[in-house]
Amino acid sequence: MADEIMLLDWWSSMFGMRVRIALVEKGLKYESREEDLNNKSPLLLEMNPVHTKIPVLIHNGKPICESPIIVQYIDEVWKDKSPLLPADPYQRARARFWADYIDNKIFQLGGKIWTRKGEDREAAKKELMECLKILEGELGEKPYFGGENFGFVDVSLVTFSCWFYAYESCGNFSIEAECPKLIAWTKRCLQKSSVSSSLPDPLKIHDFVVQLRKKFGIE
Amino acid sequence: MGEEVKLFRTWSSPFALRIVWALRIKAIEYETVFEDISNKSPSLLQCNPVHGKVPVLLHNGRPIAESLVILEYIDEAWKQAPLLPVDPHERAMARFWAKFGDDKVLGSIWSVFIKQGKEQEEAMVPAMENLKFLEEELKGKKFFGGDTIGFVDLALGWLANLIGLLEEIVGLKVVDGEKLPLLSAWMQEFGDAPIIKDNWPARDRMILKFQALRDATIAAASK
Repeated sequence: MADEIMLLDWWSSMFGMRVRIALVEKGLKYESREEDLNNKSPLLLEMNPVHTKIPVLIHNGKPICESPIIVQYIDEVWKDKSPLLPADPYQRARARFWADYIDNKIFQLGGKIWTRKGEDREAAKKELMECLKILEGELGEKPYFGGENFGFVDVSLVTFSCWFYAYESCGNFSIEAECPKLIAWTKRCLQKSSVSSSLPDPLKIHDFVVQLRKKFGIE
Repeated sequence: MGEEVKLFRTWSSPFALRIVWALRIKAIEYETVFEDISNKSPSLLQCNPVHGKVPVLLHNGRPIAESLVILEYIDEAWKQAPLLPVDPHERAMARFWAKFGDDKVLGSIWSVFIKQGKEQEEAMVPAMENLKFLEEELKGKKFFGGDTIGFVDLALGWLANLIGLLEEIVGLKVVDGEKLPLLSAWMQEFGDAPIIKDNWPARDRMILKFQALRDATIAAASK
């Protein structure tokens, strides 16, 4: 019986992008549905009653929510192709630790850079750069966070890279200037079709952010 | 081969308690290192340089941090008495509820605890919504894990202890046996299970600590 896979998504969501990457890595066919976040579909409300957020993966009618949980689910069900988590429990724990770190820091800090002004923005900028430097340190000389192979931590972080240009413009700074190895890593990841086909153009994200800032009256 | 297992914890951390329970359920021998948060040991800072927090599990010299990450590690490294189910969808649901507990339930209960008057009433609304989701999830089950204690029970276990303490301190019933009968029953069953019961931190010490925390938070907010 063929698997039925549907993804409830939103084009600019870093979290939705993670699921797209995982699905392509595993060579899976799926139906993508773009949600209108101002007018959420009955399907979304039924499949994610607790958070009513995207992404939601619906596999043979059963929903899975929260992007790191969805990516692990995909990795466990389709375990024979392109494993995203390593086999060794300690390495898996390290991967989960860094994915958790990324989730607790990058979204909020990046968000503050384009939604706040003055001191708040400067503080967020400084903290974001500290976090990215820590992540760059964790990458070290490896081609990917997963080592020789693209893995769970790479999936978790690379989706923020299409938002970097928007953060840099709003905050007037350069991530590459302080984290060149990290930017080199993003370029390496973008050479993979799973990544390049899942991430929107950074210019499109930038224009979206400019529109939102105008709408909410943020300078 | 001798296994060296060390747990860095504080006497009261509910996150560290999860690890104590998991190690006991799996009958793993371990050494405890109690930390003083105001004066962290060099060992702790070396093992968890990113956050400097407890709990940290040290297994044969290798550190693992973040309690839910540690729980999954323990479940994978020691196969007896499994905490997570085998089925991938059930595993995803277990991870979901554990994350819901940490991301939403904890913060919403804390808000009720540190507020007063009208603000406290308002804070009760999201707290009750969150608890109702947990009530729903318990339908037809003794524990979140089914017939036996599992990953979600350990992740939400702090409720079974802290709720009663916080209710006593603020004089407010949060988990009402009539409104949340399944959750009330779970708090009792889980709280009374031998491994769990034996490891609750000293009640009077907890009351003092949380009373002081509440007072300090309210004082800071009114400045």
